[in-house]
Amino acid sequence: MKAIDRVLAAREKDRPKITDYIDNVFTDFFQQKGDMLGKEDASIYGGIALFQGRPVTVIGHRKGNDVNENITCNFGMPGPEGYRKALRLMKQAEKFGRPIITFVDTPGAYPGLEAEAYGISQAISGNLAAMSSLKVPVITIVTGEGSSGGALGLAVANRVYMLENAVYSVLSPEGFASILWSDSSRRDEAAEAMKLTAQDLFDFGVIDGIIPERGLYIRVSNVIASALKELDEMSGEELAQERFEKFRSFDEGFLQTGTSARMENV
Amino acid sequence: MNVVDERKEKFNRYKELRENPEEVLAPAIKPVSEYTIQDRIEDIADAGTFKEFHFDFPETNPLEFEGYVEKKEELRAESGQHDGIIAGKCKIGGYPVVLAIMNKKFMMASMGIELGETVCRSAEYAMEHKLPLIIFTASGGARMQEGILSLMQMAKTSAVIEKFKSQGGLYITVLTHPTTGGVSASFATLGDITLAEPGALIGFAGPRVIEQTIGQTLPEGFQRAEFLEEHGFVDEVVKRDDMKVTLTKILMLHS
Repeated sequence: MKAIDRVLAAREKDRPKITDYIDNVFTDFFQQKGDMLGKEDASIYGGIALFQGRPVTVIGHRKGNDVNENITCNFGMPGPEGYRKALRLMKQAEKFGRPIITFVDTPGAYPGLEAEAYGISQAISGNLAAMSSLKVPVITIVTGEGSSGGALGLAVANRVYMLENAVYSVLSPEGFASILWSDSSRRDEAAEAMKLTAQDLFDFGVIDGIIPERGLYIRVSNVIASALKELDEMSGEELAQERFEKFRSFDEGFLQTGTSARMENV
Repeated sequence: MNVVDERKEKFNRYKELRENPEEVLAPAIKPVSEYTIQDRIEDIADAGTFKEFHFDFPETNPLEFEGYVEKKEELRAESGQHDGIIAGKCKIGGYPVVLAIMNKKFMMASMGIELGETVCRSAEYAMEHKLPLIIFTASGGARMQEGILSLMQMAKTSAVIEKFKSQGGLYITVLTHPTTGGVSASFATLGDITLAEPGALIGFAGPRVIEQTIGQTLPEGFQRAEFLEEHGFVDEVVKRDDMKVTLTKILMLHS
């Protein structure tokens, strides 16, 4: 399967959505809306639910199931209020000691006028910083398109998994081709060059595992259960420290000859 | 010198700087395009105090992207710099700090592994030596040629900055033209104090992308430093001539 075929599969209209995962992997979902700063953003969906009988906080991008929902959910492209709502839910999860499970599926944060005016940059950087030090388990599953900072803003987790047909990249192949070659029609070539498939990311050491899509919900449940079993062994401090180390050192293989920083002239 | 005297001396130096900036500063007014990192260091750091960190990074090309290494080599020969950022230790108005400056002439100071790592090691040096960290940001965003490893630098730098701040470190960012994309949505917008240069373009999405998305022309001044100040995302817009005095004042207020 070519990289571009994975990209198209990841964007497939009928691909399972956050609402499907909530229905099939969790029970007793209670939705929480609003950033409590004046806005609600339907492109990020979240709340509290039971996972195998225990309360967890679930958050994910929401694209919607039909045209009307697509529009309400802005096709899964959040503004700052979406990331602020996610952060509110995560801080609350930390307070009550609930693990956090996030589902990533977005073409990116919304490149709009209001999003910029109300601080999309600050909302994303705020989430990256805050998530790095959360004292509860955080598990992320990239289920569809994991595109750009809009995806990463929900993905600073102790364990990051991808579905076999999900993609995770710095931006869309169209955008990549347009920036580097000034030709967005070269997207197939870009998809290949970007190394954005689950296998590529696993080989880079950026994700912890690939989830096959046959028997999807059972597999997703099993992955969450076994990750939680490992993470439950750790204290809050250890969880934060482990997550910090993961994101501090994921690229150390590329820096090997430079790891002993020379600062002799300082 | 005891702590009180040391404080007094530094305060006097700050007062002197405030009252006679032209004696301490002789900033050449240069257009943005001609203003180099060396000019910036001369304008900001006390004379002769800047000592650059040398990290000895290996060549990185994680996607094995065609032409990428050659392009960097060409720019290194031209600029004498290894990537789009330099960092080091210096004094500003007598206060020792860690100072990093991004150089948009090097691939728009886009963030790849090396640039992200430089930000992190600078913050870690500041953490270890209990020094304030000041970063002059400018960037086109993520280093496309490094793909997902570039995106992940946003999480890496944000995590390290968060740790530095949580241990009491003072982090000052100065947003200069342009600060966009993955840099804007990570360490550039995490300052305890956020300054910006007049007219600097600061935003996550580029203006052209936004215009294409919303199908209309953007209002004048959109995403400029003053626009951010108005919307509550910048402590103060500071002219280049006033930058050293302002930084010294902030350092004095935290000493």
